[in-house]
Amino acid sequence: MYKHTLSVLVDNQPGVLARVAGLFSRRAFNIHSLAVGPTEHPEISRITVVVDVEGLPLEQVTKQLNKLIHVLKIVELEPDRSIQRELVLVKVRCDVRQRSEILQLVELFRAHVVDVTHESLVIEVVGTTAKLDAFMAALAPHEIREIVQSGIVAIGRGSRSITERALDRPGPASAGTE
Amino acid sequence: MTKAQEAKASGAAKAAPPSKPSVPQTVPPTEMTGAQALIRSLELAGATDIFGLPGGAIMPAYDPLLDSTILRHILVRHEQGAGHAASGYAHATGRPGVCIVTSGPGATNLVTAIADANMDSIPIVCVTGQVNAASIGTDAFQETDIVGITQPITKHNEIITDPGQIGRAIQEAFHIATTGRPGPVLIDITKSALVANTTFSWPQQFELRGYHPVLKPHSKSIQEAARLLATARRPVLYVGGGVIRSGAWDGLRKLVDASGAAVVSTLMARGAVPDSHPQYLGMPGMHGTVPAVTALQRSDLIVALGARFDDRVTGKLDSFAPHATVVHADIDPAEIGKNREADVPIVGDLKDVFAELVPALAEEHRKHGKPDLEGWWRQLNELRETYPLGYTPTDDGHMAPQHVIQRIGEITGPEAIFVAGVGQHQMWASQFLPLERPRSFFTSGGLATMGYGLPAAMGAKVGVPDRTVWNIDGDGCFQMTNQELTTCVLNEIPIKVGIINNSSLGMVRQWQALFFNERYSHTDLNTGHGTRRIPDFVRLAEAMGCVGLRCESEDELDATITKANEIDDQPVVVDFTVSRNAMVWPMVAAGVSNDEIQYARGVAPVFERED
Repeated sequence: MYKHTLSVLVDNQPGVLARVAGLFSRRAFNIHSLAVGPTEHPEISRITVVVDVEGLPLEQVTKQLNKLIHVLKIVELEPDRSIQRELVLVKVRCDVRQRSEILQLVELFRAHVVDVTHESLVIEVVGTTAKLDAFMAALAPHEIREIVQSGIVAIGRGSRSITERALDRPGPASAGTE
Repeated sequence: MTKAQEAKASGAAKAAPPSKPSVPQTVPPTEMTGAQALIRSLELAGATDIFGLPGGAIMPAYDPLLDSTILRHILVRHEQGAGHAASGYAHATGRPGVCIVTSGPGATNLVTAIADANMDSIPIVCVTGQVNAASIGTDAFQETDIVGITQPITKHNEIITDPGQIGRAIQEAFHIATTGRPGPVLIDITKSALVANTTFSWPQQFELRGYHPVLKPHSKSIQEAARLLATARRPVLYVGGGVIRSGAWDGLRKLVDASGAAVVSTLMARGAVPDSHPQYLGMPGMHGTVPAVTALQRSDLIVALGARFDDRVTGKLDSFAPHATVVHADIDPAEIGKNREADVPIVGDLKDVFAELVPALAEEHRKHGKPDLEGWWRQLNELRETYPLGYTPTDDGHMAPQHVIQRIGEITGPEAIFVAGVGQHQMWASQFLPLERPRSFFTSGGLATMGYGLPAAMGAKVGVPDRTVWNIDGDGCFQMTNQELTTCVLNEIPIKVGIINNSSLGMVRQWQALFFNERYSHTDLNTGHGTRRIPDFVRLAEAMGCVGLRCESEDELDATITKANEIDDQPVVVDFTVSRNAMVWPMVAAGVSNDEIQYARGVAPVFERED
């Protein structure tokens, strides 16, 4: 599996997410994870997409994305030069007897308990995909009732801002690398 | 706006064709309805002819259209015809074609024409009516999400609910459709926006932060391309439709002459290089000439110019032109490296590419001398002599379709425009029409839309009324869109339709003959000789107000064509009944290597020398 994390800056307009997502599916590019939200500029939204590229150059993905009129900039975020996080909420069956054991796990993974009942806990974990996988593995012996997971969001390390440069630069958009 | 963006915005106004001189190019803020703003915008964007059909949601726009002295509206009989007519208009004139239809079925009927224009990079602007903004999402009467439906098949599209945005959207639509790699743009306007009042002014300010087509090629790539062209021993210029879109045929001609290279041109670029040019080898690909296909296979350098290494050209990609270094020039960076890796990528408008490449090549020649291409041309000329395009006489006493098409071309001459449908007759038209001019031949290439030909010919004739326009059509194609003959008659658009009537879906039948053991499943159309002739094309043409002619034997052929050419005040339909057994050759079967080209059935070229 060849995963790449792309930050795609787009005009904050209705339908842009559908255009981006639609392009991935019709060009047979496989999306592993997708997250979208506003940026510090109200007119720009940021889509973070993790794409599986196998036997297909990433270049073709970014070139096709660049053809969308509302796509402003695409940046690939390399794992070692960026912070990448996702969030999981897990509802796990937990009575009084199991509680201390699960709470220990929560402590170990620097997770949080965000809801408690007599028979269940909701745990929130934030981290890299690897950390979340490890946490889920550790929790596996317990009865998991429900899982919900966000897409990955990512930001480059250091002081440079990709949004600023997207607004500055009227030149041809191309996939830079951070 | 930055300076660059300002320059682009003003460039947008220039990109549109000059309107009639009486039109003021600026409009101070004026109160009017959204519908009036739409009509004014189309006029100011440079449109003079639009193809359409009214209906509920778009009706408000048709009211001010009645008063327009600038827009000639041509009422089609089916919205697909409006779309193809707009494409044909754009093909023939180089200016964007415009069509206008209503919501729901009106808009969905346009879908095929939009997909067609998208595949062939044709600049058209489609305006669709939409239900009232308040009704969107309620499954209202004649509501469809046409923006959603056409997202994958337009260069761009947008829904407008605010009448104040109509002018901006139309100006942007013309700009996007015509700049960079051209393509269809759809603007969907709600009825509520059309009937509401707004303050309209022109030109509109618009800013497209995410749209910056690269026009100027990188000089390093140009140098590298020139160096390769000056040193290659077996160079081929592979010319695609981009040369036509860019209007770059003069520059191409200079490169052809300066390089001495072999030239092949795709279906979309037929006519970009005159057939009479000594370096021209014909069309490459599935039904290309043996010299063109073989030249690419054996080349050591391919310079692709506005072409996209389509599967119909490359055959099995792995074995396509195995020894060639590839220079790939295209305005769309996504085409470069998409199918075939490019050794030298050049992103830019071909006009600019030629403007820099031709002098760079001359400089290489000055420094290092011209390459010796004698051996290459000896091989190619041998192929040309041994494997010219041709056809075998028919064995059933009926005319050879290739001969009919060839005679239409020869008698009518290269000043005419030929628009082909899709299928066997399309390939024969590309093979046997003598073409000497760019924009003199076009057809549906990428999507291969049966039914494209007749309405596209209508659009071409509207755009270029002084030229004779022949639609070379098939009996299958003709039955898909012939209702536009009515449009032609009533609007005095005297096109000529030559139906190459083999009484069958000929290309499918050919594949059934070759690959399905001659099991002719549902390809018989019963329109030819010895059948019930349903419909009778001559009587059908006459019922629509056209002149209908029939030609069944070679003795009548030239006289019939001449007669059709002499009628210039009404559309003419000629039913040429031809042999159904004729096949398109040469042929590279689907999915196999171009090395497996067959010159005729069961006849593979013999290549003696491999060097």
